[in-house]
Amino acid sequence: MRKLAWLLLIVALLAWPFAVGEFYVNLVSQIFIAAIFAASLNLLVGYAGLPSLGHASFLGMAAYFSALLTLRLGFDHTLAAPLALAGTVVMAALFGLIALRATGLGFLMLTLALSQVLWGTAYRWVALTEGDNGLRGLTRPHFLGINLDDSTAFYFFALLVMAFSLWMIARLVASPFGAALAGTREQARRMSALGHNVWLIRWITFIYAGFWGGVSGLLFVYYHKYIHPASLSLTSSAEAMLSVIAGGSGTLAGPVVGAAIIVLLKNYVSAYVERWNMLLGFVFVAIVVFMPDGLVPGIKRLWARWGQR
Amino acid sequence: MQFWVIQTLNSLALGGLLFLLAAGFSLIFGLMRIANLTHGAFYMLGAYIGVSILKVIPNLWLAALLGGLAVALLGGLFERFILRKLAGNELGQVLVTLGLAYIIADLCLVVWGGDPIPLPTPEALESPIEVGGFMFPAYRLVVVAVALATGIALYLLMERTRLGAMIRAGVDDMQMARAVGIPVSRLFTIVFCLGSALAGAGGILGGPIMSAYPGLDADMLPLALIVVILGGVGSLIGAFVGSFIIGFVYTFGIALFPQLAYVILFLPMIVVIAFRPRGLFGRATA
Repeated sequence: MRKLAWLLLIVALLAWPFAVGEFYVNLVSQIFIAAIFAASLNLLVGYAGLPSLGHASFLGMAAYFSALLTLRLGFDHTLAAPLALAGTVVMAALFGLIALRATGLGFLMLTLALSQVLWGTAYRWVALTEGDNGLRGLTRPHFLGINLDDSTAFYFFALLVMAFSLWMIARLVASPFGAALAGTREQARRMSALGHNVWLIRWITFIYAGFWGGVSGLLFVYYHKYIHPASLSLTSSAEAMLSVIAGGSGTLAGPVVGAAIIVLLKNYVSAYVERWNMLLGFVFVAIVVFMPDGLVPGIKRLWARWGQR
Repeated sequence: MQFWVIQTLNSLALGGLLFLLAAGFSLIFGLMRIANLTHGAFYMLGAYIGVSILKVIPNLWLAALLGGLAVALLGGLFERFILRKLAGNELGQVLVTLGLAYIIADLCLVVWGGDPIPLPTPEALESPIEVGGFMFPAYRLVVVAVALATGIALYLLMERTRLGAMIRAGVDDMQMARAVGIPVSRLFTIVFCLGSALAGAGGILGGPIMSAYPGLDADMLPLALIVVILGGVGSLIGAFVGSFIIGFVYTFGIALFPQLAYVILFLPMIVVIAFRPRGLFGRATA
């Protein structure tokens, strides 16, 4: 039963670009990107118990690094991509040093403040980032000689990257390190007493999450061929956080489902009403009040109850 | 020389406005353990409500009072009917305050439009005052004075009244405060209203300097956050000192290195976090 469901999902994902028009292909590509982003945030929120409201820093910085390296320095994508990721990792390491001085709400405020500083800088440092105009004229790379400007090619590229990212994130969660991480979330003191370096475990997770956030940022900038300070904004972080909470934090499938919901909402609703921000606000309130543990755990619970009968 | 004097005054004025915003944020956080991300939106809403009140009653001080009350009422309702339902769910509370911030910001855009609306400076304070050969914009001096007066009033409220003593008890040890019969949940509402009122009134008082514009909330919230991180959560003195530090750093940052003003904000934050993660005046329990 389970295997069949997986098989159906894989077939559906592979057949999708050949069954529908370009709009829907691009829509699902965007879901893939948002899913990586949300899954990387879920490492912090769900598995480490560290609520970050500054995760857009990593998406945005990787995107800006890539854009600036290719645009201003004329680097090739094969060189710019690893450099952008390396830059993002270094930044995540530094941000981790600061933000992990606190946990809980203190951590949340620090991550938020740090990302807001980046956002403000991207707006003001016009000489470097073009400020509110954003950086235009970016290109997509070639992958194995295939031009990713084609929407179907990009779809498969994004699918591949997403599958690999999710697999790598799942591997971390399932590893002994992941078990230790869950321990630091539940009982940080006992983990210390057992000889685990709680701070180090959290710091490594923070950097790992930053890296995958950076990967989603690269896809993001390749997809849009444009980057604006808005991708560093609180809204960007908050949408990812909402995806994680809506889907179910601390589950592997949750952020993917949540990201799909948010992307679909954003695309469909903003086609009919202009008030995306207000809707986002109401969705926030509704999800937190009515569905505090998210869709995936909720459905699982229903499934279990149904199965018992 | 004139440049330095004026920028110093601007710093003080921004510091004063930040204090009105951060004091409430800090008190709410200290007592209720809620990071109220609506606070920036309350500030902006205050400024916009001020715009509308001033059309009917052309008196800025009265407008600040009424606007503060209006925002306090909204804050009180929000606390009673939504935040209270989520007691114990810290992350949920933060997300709900963020959601409300989006709703308020978008409503402001619908009601008052996208163009910046300046609030008029009170006529009596429009002409600059000359002190020792320098011309000072009088209104900014008054803003600083109002912030100082508010600071002193809050200090007296917290240190010299029964209500203040109960709030302090709640901040220090909520369980014990409950056990000795302090009505902590009523305090929650009072503090949330008070914080919202300060933010709303601050928005109106800041109006003649900053105007009301979409994005004002997103400009002020990070500054208030950094103030509270610097000063220490739940500390009135911390909010006061932090506000003026950030007022100076940000104003001079904008004036001297306009492109890097936000990067410069990093510096005091990193120094404080490195050596005193609880903030300058934060308590050990925070």
